[in-house]
Amino acid sequence: MLLKISDLSIRYPRAESPLLEHISLDFHCGQVTALLGPNGCGKTSLLRAISGELSYAGHIQLLGRPQADWYRSQKARRALARRYGLLAQHSNLNFAFTCREVVLLGLGPGSLSRAQQDTRIQHFMQRADVWHLRDRLFPSLSGGEKQRVQLARVLSQLSLADPSDEKILLLDEPTSALDLKHQHEVLALAREVADEKTAVIAVLHDLNLAARYADRMVMLARGRIQADGPPADLLQPALIEQVYGYRGQLVDVAGYSALL
Amino acid sequence: MELRLSDKSLLPVLTALLLLGCGLSLAVGAMHIAWQDVVAGLLHWTWPGALDLDVPEQYALVLGEIRLPRLLLGLIVGGTLGMCGAVLQGMFRNPLAEPGIIGVSSGAAVGAGTVLVFGSVLAGSLGALSFLGSWAGTLFEQVQWFLLPAFASAGAILATWLVYVLGDRGRSVVMMLLAGIAVSALAGAVLGMFAYVATDTALRDMTMWQLGSLAGATWTSVLVTGCIFMASSVLLWRRAGDLNALLLGESEARHLGVDVLGLKRQIIVLNGIAVGAVVSVSGIIGFIGLVVPHIVRLLRGPDHRFLIPYSALLGGLLLTVADTIARSVFAPAELPVGILTAIIGAPFFLFLLWQQRRQIA
Repeated sequence: MLLKISDLSIRYPRAESPLLEHISLDFHCGQVTALLGPNGCGKTSLLRAISGELSYAGHIQLLGRPQADWYRSQKARRALARRYGLLAQHSNLNFAFTCREVVLLGLGPGSLSRAQQDTRIQHFMQRADVWHLRDRLFPSLSGGEKQRVQLARVLSQLSLADPSDEKILLLDEPTSALDLKHQHEVLALAREVADEKTAVIAVLHDLNLAARYADRMVMLARGRIQADGPPADLLQPALIEQVYGYRGQLVDVAGYSALL
Repeated sequence: MELRLSDKSLLPVLTALLLLGCGLSLAVGAMHIAWQDVVAGLLHWTWPGALDLDVPEQYALVLGEIRLPRLLLGLIVGGTLGMCGAVLQGMFRNPLAEPGIIGVSSGAAVGAGTVLVFGSVLAGSLGALSFLGSWAGTLFEQVQWFLLPAFASAGAILATWLVYVLGDRGRSVVMMLLAGIAVSALAGAVLGMFAYVATDTALRDMTMWQLGSLAGATWTSVLVTGCIFMASSVLLWRRAGDLNALLLGESEARHLGVDVLGLKRQIIVLNGIAVGAVVSVSGIIGFIGLVVPHIVRLLRGPDHRFLIPYSALLGGLLLTVADTIARSVFAPAELPVGILTAIIGAPFFLFLLWQQRRQIA
């Protein structure tokens, strides 16, 4: 088990009720899990708690060790970074790095030779469809382009892991700034990455996209897990209404169920 | 605009300019010394009588006791300010941060002012007790070389920390600039109050600080600031990779394996010690830390592994040239070099503000 969350509660200071209450979740290698739920239901906070950026009550087991263990020494931090990556929702890099340099930051001061670095950068920039942007300055890109460059950076970061190691990739609304084509491409890429010994956890808003690319959907609302299972079981108007307060209609198109 | 020169073309040009600037700084001044006399005078000052050189004794004295320490101090102070500007901008993730603008230098001046004003008052009143005699005053003079930079560093660290916390940890440019204004204003008020209790000597030193000048250069000050500059630049440069990661954002840096809290703590302390040390000898010389890293980024890119050493190099060069101009335009009178850097730097700051107006608002 790559990531085990037990009895996790998050409460912001001065908040009336806890944001998340007694959540327990397990995440497995090779799976794409979509975290879904209405705005403010605690999806991003859950990701931040998993990353140790937010204080919480409960227990998080990360890559086989208690979470706090990974932040005790510099060696452990570096070891964690090779196996655990996050694509944030926004990136505010104000300095004129080229896109290539941004992706290179993912490889850090590691032990790779110049040629090895170049090959990896090209490989991941091509996979994220940003290789043509390599010499452009990062701040001059559009939001969607920035997000894809950052994805290439996170993927190159995880490529530093030992081939036998299992990895975790967190994606915080990876499709929010993307056009239609790239929404599908990025999630298809996430699907591929999951098959490379990785547990992918993605916060998503688009139920149809989630249903198409995720192996499992977790729906959060009102501080609790409302539903957890394969997309086919969860894409039901009654359940969706319970979570989002919106009654949609399910239609079957070309073998896919879609909620309208 | 993007130039991106390689080290191969940038380093020789910068080194040549640096040597030229150093030569100019030694030759030019109230007393003009010819190039060949500069070399001969320095050799004569280093090994008097060992070489049979025909140079006036006063040349050797002016070069060795006044111009050389001043040149070295200029390189150290400029280098420190350039480097610290680059590092602060990295920590604040914002190209407008600068020791002078965000009040770090003012904090240092208050620290140093505390020592000068209360040190001399304390020494004076202790000296009034007959059994201590002049011993207290002598003791104070003996430890002043250490106390001044130490207190200045403490003031600088406190100011940096305050501005960083108030500025929403680098998330808000507006809050950072406003916090800098508030800290500078507070420092100005405290220094103003000090002026009322200060002795005449302390008052003169404090006025010099607020304008910024290298006129107080001595071999002691060169040695103290030089050692601190060497140590802090090596330690800061070792964190260059982590600073690069921090530019992506705190959360991103954390996920890249950087101990973000430890990094920021180290930067605030090292930056405070370095800025404190130079402010305690040269006062508040503004805008070097703003202009220099900006130029280096245009020439060499924003990677801290190059930005830090090049900013130190260019900062030293720029301040040396500025100081040479400042003490020769109205010779034999001297313009405090801080005025000159502000005349060039403040419009540059306005230009950057105007350029970034959309991001800031």
